[in-house]
Amino acid sequence: MADTTRDITTLPMSRPRGILVAKRGSLAWLGVVPFFLYTTLFLLLPALWLTTDAFRSPTGGYTFSFIQKLFQSQYENAFFTSIRISLVTALVGGIFGLFVAYAALREDVPRWVRPLLTTYSGVAANFAGVPLAFAFVATLGGAGLVTQFLARFGLDIYARGFSLYTFTGLTITYVYFQLPLMILIIIPSLEGIKREWREAATNLGATHTQFWRHIGLPILFPSLLGAMVLLFGNAFSAYATPYALTSGSVNLVPILIGNVTSGEVVADPNLGDALALGTIVIISISVVIYALLQRRSDKWLRR
Amino acid sequence: MRRPRIAPWSAFWLLLAVLYFLIPMYATAEFSLQTGNGQYGFDAYREILNDPSFKSSFLLSLRLAVETVLVSLIIMVPTVYWVHLKLPRLRRVMDFIAILPFMVPPITLAIGLLRELHPLVTVRQLTWLLSSPQQLILPYVIIVMPFTYRSLDAGMRAIDLRILTEAAQSVGASWLTILFRVILPNLRSALLSAAFLTITVVMGEFTIASLNQFQTFSVYIQYIGAAKANPAAALSIISFTLTWGLMLSILIIGRQRGSQQQAQIGTTR
Repeated sequence: MADTTRDITTLPMSRPRGILVAKRGSLAWLGVVPFFLYTTLFLLLPALWLTTDAFRSPTGGYTFSFIQKLFQSQYENAFFTSIRISLVTALVGGIFGLFVAYAALREDVPRWVRPLLTTYSGVAANFAGVPLAFAFVATLGGAGLVTQFLARFGLDIYARGFSLYTFTGLTITYVYFQLPLMILIIIPSLEGIKREWREAATNLGATHTQFWRHIGLPILFPSLLGAMVLLFGNAFSAYATPYALTSGSVNLVPILIGNVTSGEVVADPNLGDALALGTIVIISISVVIYALLQRRSDKWLRR
Repeated sequence: MRRPRIAPWSAFWLLLAVLYFLIPMYATAEFSLQTGNGQYGFDAYREILNDPSFKSSFLLSLRLAVETVLVSLIIMVPTVYWVHLKLPRLRRVMDFIAILPFMVPPITLAIGLLRELHPLVTVRQLTWLLSSPQQLILPYVIIVMPFTYRSLDAGMRAIDLRILTEAAQSVGASWLTILFRVILPNLRSALLSAAFLTITVVMGEFTIASLNQFQTFSVYIQYIGAAKANPAAALSIISFTLTWGLMLSILIIGRQRGSQQQAQIGTTR
């Protein structure tokens, strides 16, 4: 089974070509027309309309005014907040996930821990959006179980300025889908650190710390960074979770796109297009960085 | 040989993960069972199950999920098969296209499609689509495409398509026979895990359905949650159980072939 989370760029294997492989000039390409037609119609063209409409003025003709609007404080602020929450949750989820995955793979940990952890991660990474938001309301909301529990011990977190419906609360919630994703992505890379390297280093007198500082981390670094870049994009595109949790009180780009498009605040579709274009650009950059890092890490961690 | 004792450091991180994973689930479960004044009961669940909107939204999402599975498999299976068999040079292009849905997140896809659908559906026989929730299938097939593609790609890589096809051809099988009686049976676990993950994603999809104002399961949960906290917790538990069931099925199906855990990136967030 392909590992979806890791295999974003798969290197095609070269195989001997059999007699069935199409020769130049044959009509075999007709077989893939339905697929390409579908992706063109429902993926490429919508993205293209967004891009052109972001530059189109309502009166006809082209304009940069919507793109310029992105730099107005309100919209610029949304980009900053989105980038900030994506960075923070990618870092927290990434580092937390790295330690958990590493701990689960250690030889002193019972063998059943790992399948249990990956199974739960598979579920948790897919359990996101609206139900996740309400799970956290039940946990850390004003009447939430943990909130009440702490209050019984005299720690009223809401009186001390905490709120689930803020940037901090959103961060705690996002980590619930970032952490399991990190665990799933990083376990194969951690397994790529061969035991023989470890033994070789130990034989040469290296300590545990020295091994990680000079061998383990440098090898792992590209995949570690790559995984976090992926988490970044994952958080950036989140819409359902922040929508259900904060109903728009935290100024995030996807929420803003939803608002200006559906006219809940003020309908301004071209501005929505410009915001969407900005999102696509940011996530595309992160995917390109991920692909480059992946290529680098494949050198050592060939699986 | 006895294993060495667990290092406190490993135990700490694992325990922290367990607490972080399980506390919200426990809290939600308990919250959903509260009936006020410290009493517990199934009132919230009863309220949900008696709500006709629960049934209709759940069934709508389920129906969309099944239809998305069908449409995406009908498009993807022949394509991936054909590319593997006849056009191996296109594999690189397919790999690239499979990343694109991640770069165009649902919220942007939704507004792009919103713009496009009206002028596109000028054929009179298709205008029903504009008011029908079935239009959601169009973007859903795109959203699940990366996973479906990778699942089928890996499945087809694992079997020798060429030999199977040549053998079937040599005894005179038609293309349809080859596909249905030779290839598909060999891809069972790839097909099933693609199907289950598609169902998971579609059952949880909120963004596109909500922007188009269709009351799917997630949109219903959001609507309930905005007003009532306990039934919303009950719905979260129902939804979580559903995800568990589907993901466990994938795991059990994939067990024969050392499968790895699946997660779709940037879909239902």
